[in-house]
Order: sequence, then C-alpha cells, then structure tokens
Amino acid sequence: MTTESFNDSVVQWPSESLTEIPYDLFSSRAQYNLENEAIFKGPAWNYLCLDVEITNPGDYVVSQIGEISIIVVRNEQGEINAMVNRCAHRGAQLCQKRSGTTRKFSCVYHAWSYDLDGKLTNVAFSKGIKNQGGMPKDFKQEDHPLRSLRTTEFCGLIFGSFDAAVPEIENYLGPEVSAKVKRVLNRQVKVIGRNTQILPNNWKIYMENVKDSYHASILHLFFTTFRLNRLTQAGGIIVDESGGNHVSFSKLDNNMSNKEYKDGEVRSESNKVKLADPTLLEGVDEFEDGITLQILGIFPGFILQQVRNSLAVRQVLPKGTDKCELLWTYIGFEDDDEEMDKRRLRQANLVGPAGFISMEDGAVGGFVQRAMRGVTEDFSIVKMGGHDANSMESRVTESPIRGFWKKYRALTEDFVA
Amino acid sequence: MNKSIIETQFQVQNLNTLYASTIDNDRLEEWPYHFTEDCFYRITTKEDFDEGLPLGIIYATSRNMLIDRVTSLRYANIYEAQCYRHINSAPLILSVKNDTLVVETNFTVVRVMHDGDSMLFASGRYLDKIKKEADDLKFAERVVVVDSRKFDTLLAIPL
Repeated sequence: MTTESFNDSVVQWPSESLTEIPYDLFSSRAQYNLENEAIFKGPAWNYLCLDVEITNPGDYVVSQIGEISIIVVRNEQGEINAMVNRCAHRGAQLCQKRSGTTRKFSCVYHAWSYDLDGKLTNVAFSKGIKNQGGMPKDFKQEDHPLRSLRTTEFCGLIFGSFDAAVPEIENYLGPEVSAKVKRVLNRQVKVIGRNTQILPNNWKIYMENVKDSYHASILHLFFTTFRLNRLTQAGGIIVDESGGNHVSFSKLDNNMSNKEYKDGEVRSESNKVKLADPTLLEGVDEFEDGITLQILGIFPGFILQQVRNSLAVRQVLPKGTDKCELLWTYIGFEDDDEEMDKRRLRQANLVGPAGFISMEDGAVGGFVQRAMRGVTEDFSIVKMGGHDANSMESRVTESPIRGFWKKYRALTEDFVA
Repeated sequence: MNKSIIETQFQVQNLNTLYASTIDNDRLEEWPYHFTEDCFYRITTKEDFDEGLPLGIIYATSRNMLIDRVTSLRYANIYEAQCYRHINSAPLILSVKNDTLVVETNFTVVRVMHDGDSMLFASGRYLDKIKKEADDLKFAERVVVVDSRKFDTLLAIPL
C-alpha cells in the first residue's frame, strides 16, 4: 500500500495535544489499514511467544502480528526465527496448527518446502516430468525464502519486528520499564494455562483500558467490596520516553484513609460482604519488595501482569475495527513448590475471562465501541493527571494513555507525512 | 440392566437437571449447595486439559469459594444482564468406587443477553465425582472441560 493512498482518509487529530482522542480512531477502516503498515509492520517490537514454548530445535508456535500469521521456530542451531506463515509460491498458509515440532515447513498445496530458517529447499516437479513442464531456467530457489522478521529475546519473551530499524529491545523499553520486566521474569517460567477472550471492541480500546489506572478501583469493585484494596495505596506510574511502554504498580498499605473513597461517592461500600474462604487471596511477597500489583504494557499490544502471585502475559490481536482477541498465557516458575502452584491457581480467579478483577474489562470496551457506531465527530478527554505522558507517583492519572497516543501518533503521522 | 443402575442413572440425571436449573433460573445462591463442602470445581479448556495444564478459568477448592463467587457476582462485578440455558446429555456413569460415582455428561450452554442477542456460548463435558450426602447426591468434584479455548466477552455466570 502506498503512503499517498492514506492521506485523504485517515483520522485527523483535532490538535497537537495528547488529551483529545478522536473517536473515529476506533471505527475507521482507513486508520485500521494505516495501523497495519505504520505500527504492526513498523518500527515496533511485537510480542510473539515465550521462549519456553519453543524449547527444542524444530519446536514452533504460530503467532500473529496485527492480523498477519507468523511462524516462530527454533532452528537446528537453537536460534529463534520468525517468518510470515505464507508460502512464497501462491500464498497458502503453511502451518494451520497453533504449535508443534517439525524439521521443515511443507506447503500442502504444491509441496514447496522450507527449512527452519525459511530457506526454500524443495519445489515439487521443478524439473517437470519426462522433460516436460517444470520451472524455467531463470527460476532460482534461493530467491524465494519465506519473508523473515527481525527477532529478539528479553527475559524469556520473544518479540518480532518487520522493521530492521527498530531499536534494541532495552532501548525500545527504556531502562525503568526494562527493570520492571526483569523484576518479574527473573527465572525460568512455566506455562500453567491458556485461553482467549473475544472482545467486542477495537484493540486500542483495550490498550487504553490497560494503561488506565484511574478506572481500576472504580470499575473493578471486587477488592473494594470485600474491603481489600484502595487506590490510595502506595505505588506509582512509569511511562517511558517514547510513551508507548508503561508500568503501574502498587504496594499494600493498610494505614491509608478511606475518606477519599467516601467523598468520591464510589459505588459499593457495603459492609456486609465478606469472603467466606479467604485462602483465595492468601499470598506471599515473592519478589520481596512489597509490590502486590504490577501491570506493564509494551507497545503496541503486550501486557505483563503480576496481581499478587498471579502472573500472566497477555497479547492483544486486532480482528477488524470493532473486535479484538486477548490471548492469556498464565505462568509460574519452574522452581515453584506445590504450595506456590496452588496459590497461583487460586489467585488466577482474579484474572482472565472470569476474573474477579478483570471481567469488567471484557464488558466495558464493548460499551465504548457501541457508542462509537456512526460517530465521525467528537473526541474523548484524557486530562486526568495533566497534559503530559510522564511518570508520576499518583495512580489517579491517565498519563500512560497519553503515552500510548504519543507513540501511536509518532508512528502513524511519520508514515503519512 | 438391573434396577439399581437405572435408579443411579436417574438420580445423577436429576442432579444435573437441578444444577442447571439453579444457574439458568438465576437461583445462583443455591448453586454451591450442589457441591460437598470440600469440593473441587474448575472450568478449563479442552486444549489445557489435554495438555495437562492445571489452570482454571474458575478454580475453587471449597464450597465457600463458590459462595464467594456468587457474592462477587451479586455485589461486586459489572456485567450486562444475561442468562444461560443448559442442555445436558444423558450422564455416562463410568465407574462406581467407594461410594463415589465417576460420571461424564455433555453440555451446551446458550447465552441470552438482555437485548435479545443469543449465541451458543459454550459446549463441552462435565467430568464429575459424585458422592451421596444424607439423601442427596453432591459433586465432590466437577471439572468443566470447555471445547473451545475462546470465550466471548467474559464468563460471569458459572457453567
């Protein structure tokens, strides 16, 4: 797609400010197409899978960048390759299974085969039959590998990029966000489960939600109802220099006043509600720093979550302008003992499609998306905590949302400029 | 088939029907009492189950945890008004050991939203261990293995 073809139809921003977000960003097909070129195929690191999901040579998973299907495979030398899941011949998808182990990728359509580096190794009937048919002399197998991506590994997370010019991962994340990834993923992880939530909204609405610490204890009332949490807890917000990556974290602090909650007339302060079995929340300070909640977002669509002892990575995949999928991979560590295994399983009740503190995120995105139908005017207001996309101590802020749009604008506006 | 097998089959089917009735007719407060006090309840996907991954989308190790789930749905969680309709197969009684029945039953659940939108929300198998308590059968264990890994929007009401 040419740059020129976008200019007339993409969304126009009302101003240079990061506080006014036009609503048609969530419904415009032209904008969606622009995102595919400028963001998903642009200078961004897209999460693909966990290192431990492809342990041995030949292990592969099929992941996705934007809507593009990507094969991630460990080659014979133990290196990780990411390639577009599309035969170089006539474009058929090579792998249909979500994961597996193989020595080569062979297309079922005409049996063109590729090695684990994506090199074309065999073309069926390339010399024809009985000197009839076959490929012309100017056809060279080495000219037709699978389209390959740049890959990187960081703390057991595998990322890929279509753009070779993307900065090194730790520069991309910035030092503070990098440190918070290392804080959680500090040893060998193991997968304890996976599932997918189909969300009735644009992928960016979910990312705004992830970056919105303002809503956390207003919309999600589980902790408040059972009197287990307050936004007044100590914590902070980190937004990296690019804006695209963020961390929101908090520590339990039982001495804070509840006055702000009462004054703010936040729903639910019913005193009768108590947990009948509090072992659900029985946790340990496994990172030994008192942080009980850390939500970390990496641009464009990756989240690393620590909610007490419940750890997960989430991958947000666009499925059109008004739908996305949220892929949950729940993790523990290889050296977890039996007690820790059980703890993580019990605390997983907090998150996921049925999560006590996350199910609302499945619904609220739909409430926003529905209100966007037929809307080409107006914009949302993102001014909580100021105008900038900066780090701050208060979590009553929309700073990480402004950061998301700062990075988003940098990539999309550069592309059409 | 002897009379006691037919009777057991009938009792298990009755338990499944009563269980579905509490959920489908919004009597969620009764739902935990179809389980023993130290029950195990887990919703998982076929993919995780086959791979031996232990995660539960809902994971409860006591009846009290099920009660907490209902309390949370009633007082804390925000989700659009919706209801389920369970259609269960006849139960397949796999074994009877030490007063524990091992049973497998297929289910489909249709979800109807407040605005009338209706969809096939889930299909799968109940893998149960059922015990007799006083005169009633109760689930000592119910593992809900959902066929698909994908859940539309959210899973609030239990399966």
